[in-house]
Amino acid sequence: MIEMPIIDAQKCDGCGLCVNVCHCNALALVKNVITIIETVKCDWCTDCEAVCRTGAIRCPFEIISQDS
Amino acid sequence: MTVQLDFLKRIPYFSGVGLADLESIKQLVFERSADRAEMVVLEGEPAANLFFVVSGAVRVFKTSAEGKEQILSIVRPEESFNDVPIFDGGPNPASARTMGPVVLYGIRKNDMEAILRNHPHIALNVTRVLAKRVRQLVSLVEDLSFKHVISRVAKILFEQVRSETSHGPRLTQQEMAAMAGTAREVVGRSLKELEEQGAIKLDHHRIIITDKEALQKIMEASS
Repeated sequence: MIEMPIIDAQKCDGCGLCVNVCHCNALALVKNVITIIETVKCDWCTDCEAVCRTGAIRCPFEIISQDS
Repeated sequence: MTVQLDFLKRIPYFSGVGLADLESIKQLVFERSADRAEMVVLEGEPAANLFFVVSGAVRVFKTSAEGKEQILSIVRPEESFNDVPIFDGGPNPASARTMGPVVLYGIRKNDMEAILRNHPHIALNVTRVLAKRVRQLVSLVEDLSFKHVISRVAKILFEQVRSETSHGPRLTQQEMAAMAGTAREVVGRSLKELEEQGAIKLDHHRIIITDKEALQKIMEASS
């Protein structure tokens, strides 16, 4: 499963800043709520999370050990 | 495009300013557009303009002699940047780069001085904006006791690590910052530093601990 940023639609105020800063064209505003349109392109730069004022978009990291 | 009065009204600098005054201030404001990743202000250069973000976002940062960047703030719509050198006459204390396409309103240094002379009541708004900025920067200075922070971030990773077959909670940089008692920007830089030191590898949404011993040493270093 492709990882994608987690969106809380209730918190999204539709400001569109995340779409503006996304250099992968992975996000779009649909009916004034942020939507991921293309997860394959997302490079997890986390800029969308950094600019969001309401915490509506999150890019959590999975922390794993290389030890097998 | 002409400068919009409606937007000027919303800028904290011009809070409570009457329409007639705003109209005269508007004559001194210019609009500028910039593309993604464009440098709008360069650290160390003579300051020419104060900027307000109309749309988009701008990253303000300092660059070390080794070329490492430390983010100071992200400037969003209705917020300003490059204020300090306009008022103290010094060079730009930091650089500013756009995070996406942006529209800015700018005021030249001499024009800002004229605005304050002709509309002295704006000075109180400016003072409030700068006071808030000082408070934010003092907090960042506190966070930037860097060696201690990198140890705390290493500890968080060490304690949160899962085996490849198990699934556990995931952490955003903001959550790691809250756990480490620091700012999100400092966590970002710490992760890059840990990767440079070979202790971890950043792979899309994963932080892979590649050298547990190295991570432990960093975690246990106290100064």
